[in-house]
Amino acid sequence: MERTDAELIAEVLRGDVASFEPLVARHSPRVFATVRRHSRRESEVEDIVQEIWSKAFQKLPGFRGEAPFEHWLMRMAVRTCYDFLREHQRNREANFTDLSQPEEEWLEHFVASPDNASEDTEAARALVDRLLEQLSPASRMVITLLEIEDRSVKEIAELTGWSVPLVKVRAFRARAEMRKCLQRMARDKYL
Amino acid sequence: MNWDQLEKKLIAAARKHPPRDDVPYAFEQRVMAHLRSPRRSDDLAWWGRGLWLGAGACTAIALLTSVWSFTPEDDAGSTASFSHGVEQTLFASADDSENAW
Repeated sequence: MERTDAELIAEVLRGDVASFEPLVARHSPRVFATVRRHSRRESEVEDIVQEIWSKAFQKLPGFRGEAPFEHWLMRMAVRTCYDFLREHQRNREANFTDLSQPEEEWLEHFVASPDNASEDTEAARALVDRLLEQLSPASRMVITLLEIEDRSVKEIAELTGWSVPLVKVRAFRARAEMRKCLQRMARDKYL
Repeated sequence: MNWDQLEKKLIAAARKHPPRDDVPYAFEQRVMAHLRSPRRSDDLAWWGRGLWLGAGACTAIALLTSVWSFTPEDDAGSTASFSHGVEQTLFASADDSENAW
């Protein structure tokens, strides 16, 4: 019979480190999906996930079991991703001039006929990635959680550790920043 | 250009492409090996951090001492009067003995 998260955690806390392995195996798919959502490139993903599990192991004695382990882990995952984004800020003033051919075609198609431009294409997805890459870490985090994952302000506050008013302020700024980036992209291409 | 619509289209594109959740082969074993490995790098990091703290404190003390040594003294005569005082105290007994003779 498969042991529950609570049982495994209790055994780890009693000193049986090996009981941590089933926890890693069970929850890694969700952690990988979360990290892939927030990270800039695939090459970073494994390192970030490993760091999340290291932190989870170190902070496990602080897990009180009031919320499911998965929620606690996801909070840690989101916060680690945010720290990673902040530590690895690169030159975000780049790259709108080197859109790929399909991306340019998608934009041209949108300009010509906004209603018919399909969002279900690889080019549209690549454009979103490019747009997110231009945003500051906080804006990127808020746009991802609020707009793409459709989470509430309260949920975002719990995940990130920010206060509710701070999430609102950052959401407002993030939308403005995203609009500015889009306008820059269009200006580079169409003005 | 219709910015609102463009934003909506791009957000919708992101929603329609959820991230993959596949895990690399034997990833949990890699995590466990990492957790079980001795934390030599952490010890070195602590040692390095301590050295940097020490270096910072020494630099601060050196700077303060330099600034203090170059600061002009308000009571310029105090050093002279101090040395004069020491001299008087040291030679007091000699002066007295001269007077006694």
